[in-house]
Amino acid sequence: MGLDFSILAGYEGVLVQGAIWTVGLTVASIVLSLVIGTLMAVFRLSGMRIVRWPVSFVIWLFMGTPLLLQLYLIYFGLVQIGLDLNAFTAGVIALSLHFAVYDADIIRAGIVAVDKGQYEAARSLGLSHAQAMRKSIVPQALYNVAPALGNMMIALLKESSLVSVIGVMELTLSAQRAISDTFRPFEFYLAAAVIYYVLNLVLEQAVKAVERRSAKYR
Amino acid sequence: MSNDPIIRIKDLHKSFGPVEVLKGIDMDVAPGQIVALIGPSGSGKSTLLRTINQLEDVTSGEIFFDGALVNRDLPHRQREKHLNRLRQDIGMVFQHFNLFPHLTAIENVTMAPVLLGRQTKTQALAEARALLEKVGLSDRADYYPSRLSGGQKQRVAIARALAMNPKAMLFDEVTSALDPELVGEVNKVMKQLAQEHMTMIIVTHELRFASDVADHVVFMADGVVVEEGPPDALFRAPQHERTKAFLQQVFEG
Amino acid sequence: MDFALIAKVWTFFAAAAWVTLQISALAICLGLCLGFAAALASISRNVLLRFPARVYVSIFRGTPALIQLFLLYYGGPQIGLQLGPFEAGVIGLGINIGAYMTESIRGAILAVEKGQMEAARCLGLGHVQSMRNVILPQALRLMVRPLGVNAVALIKGSAIVSTISVVELTYTAHRYISSTYKPFEMFILASLFYLVIVSVVSFAVNRIDERVALES
Ligand SMILES: Nc1ncnc2c1ncn2[C@@H]1O[C@H](COP(=O)(O)OP(=O)(O)OP(=O)(O)O)[C@@H](O)[C@H]1O
Ligand SMILES: [Mg+2]
Repeated sequence: MGLDFSILAGYEGVLVQGAIWTVGLTVASIVLSLVIGTLMAVFRLSGMRIVRWPVSFVIWLFMGTPLLLQLYLIYFGLVQIGLDLNAFTAGVIALSLHFAVYDADIIRAGIVAVDKGQYEAARSLGLSHAQAMRKSIVPQALYNVAPALGNMMIALLKESSLVSVIGVMELTLSAQRAISDTFRPFEFYLAAAVIYYVLNLVLEQAVKAVERRSAKYR
Repeated sequence: MSNDPIIRIKDLHKSFGPVEVLKGIDMDVAPGQIVALIGPSGSGKSTLLRTINQLEDVTSGEIFFDGALVNRDLPHRQREKHLNRLRQDIGMVFQHFNLFPHLTAIENVTMAPVLLGRQTKTQALAEARALLEKVGLSDRADYYPSRLSGGQKQRVAIARALAMNPKAMLFDEVTSALDPELVGEVNKVMKQLAQEHMTMIIVTHELRFASDVADHVVFMADGVVVEEGPPDALFRAPQHERTKAFLQQVFEG
Repeated sequence: MDFALIAKVWTFFAAAAWVTLQISALAICLGLCLGFAAALASISRNVLLRFPARVYVSIFRGTPALIQLFLLYYGGPQIGLQLGPFEAGVIGLGINIGAYMTESIRGAILAVEKGQMEAARCLGLGHVQSMRNVILPQALRLMVRPLGVNAVALIKGSAIVSTISVVELTYTAHRYISSTYKPFEMFILASLFYLVIVSVVSFAVNRIDERVALES
């Protein structure tokens, strides 16, 4: 059985649709992972053991285990506790949690790295706590963490392909559907790979652009 | 020993991109001669030194070492061979030592002669011990560079270069990175080499040392040789305004 | 927590952990070989070596490992490459992690001070001799940690071979989740094995790094 890429014709719609879902899934998960990651970082830095310890435990647990395993836990676990979410929502939650754990680590390190003196200097200039955080600490922490968070986002796009296993109709599963029609795995997986590659390039460029902008706050 | 120069540089030009750093250098070094190369920062001293063993290639001009053209136009492979051969005869010592941190002092010294088949391991070890003794470091043979002081590192670096039994030595500000109290021990080794009539080109900012050890001083500025001569003449009665200004600045500063 | 269930099935998980360990170890070895070859090629002066190495890194880091695995396992037969799940898993994971390892190794080589190569060349050593005796021994020490990070990522990433039905830890967890409806227990059980493997590897990497690190 040779290769015949003309088979792709007629399935452009399916693949494009899948790619759009992949983008949506990625963007939603990036945003949510940043929110959860920031919260986790704050909890982890907090003085209250009652929040710090459980959060630290979850971070440790999730950092040592595969995304795929976490995906199964969340997808089947949610059903078990009576939350019958659709696959897309479960996928976003799993991806967000998985990456939030890494984001939290990065953000925490970024905040710790900003000199305490900076904060005091800002306060002594007459800025309020909120102003000092907004004008001095947060921008600098952002600058510190931008490259590492950028790498996480780039990784997230590629890892999003895993949610195909719980039935999210994104790019990988779309390719699989086309394959079960045509029995042409090579052509369709290669096509999917090309699309992922292009999406990855675009995301890399976007991340670089943001890094350059955040460098401005140095 | 013939009196043909061992190093001869003719109308040497070197540019980094659009910037010309060496603008026509001529220089002869006789066997056994000790040349001190002085001049303000950025005048091209390091660059000149590095073109001699072709760490930098040149834009135009000729460099001869021991009668042979150094910057010969050769295909890559042959050029590499030619340079490897040539560099064995030219020792170089750097400002920042560049000792191999994964090797002990004595391994630093023996590595090249053994790898290049110059000596057997046993010969090289004996030779290296003698060299370390000569630079006053017999008791540091098995130390890693991280455990040596700056002055000790630099003396190991000199021993390492000497192990190849070079015909000439190039020194690029070898004491600039040292604490003041460690400068003397390195200068002492260089003086000793001078007494043994090792051919040397010494780039230095220490004019007193230059006048002590050198028998010829070359003053460079902005990529040209402004003035040269015996240390006494050049330091006592400089002919050019540029030289005068430089000397005045250094001695005052 | 259904401890009775855990007590009943844990041996299956232990057997599966052994498969995870094997597939990871083999993939890491393959990745290291590819990584060294591609890293050396990518810093070569010869564009015929450099270009393919860059392309390899760019493609395999630029696309999902899962797609690469599917392309190899399901698409392979179309180009005459018939592999069993285990072999496809090792090769797919190995080629993928090799691209990341290339970057770790290349980074370590480039991190060795420029003066080291100059000093070696000044003594008359050739480029290859200098690489082998001066640059690589130092680079090796610098690459332990980044390669350790790659190895840990690979161990966790090896879970994707469950999708081509290699009976390893995640496959086993998935199967028991589907049959027992105890996702939490099965997750914890599989996690324990992953955490042990990952912790041991991280510990070993740290020890090696401490042992070989050069004082500065
Ligand atoms: N690799 C390079 N690329 C571009 N410019 C260079 C390079 N190396 C040296 N230069 C420039 O060439 C000029 C001469 O540099 P060189 O290091 O030879 O000066 P120097 O006389 O040794 O100065 P110093 O006393 O500070 O060591 C300087 O302007 C320097 O910026
Ligand atoms: Mg210099």
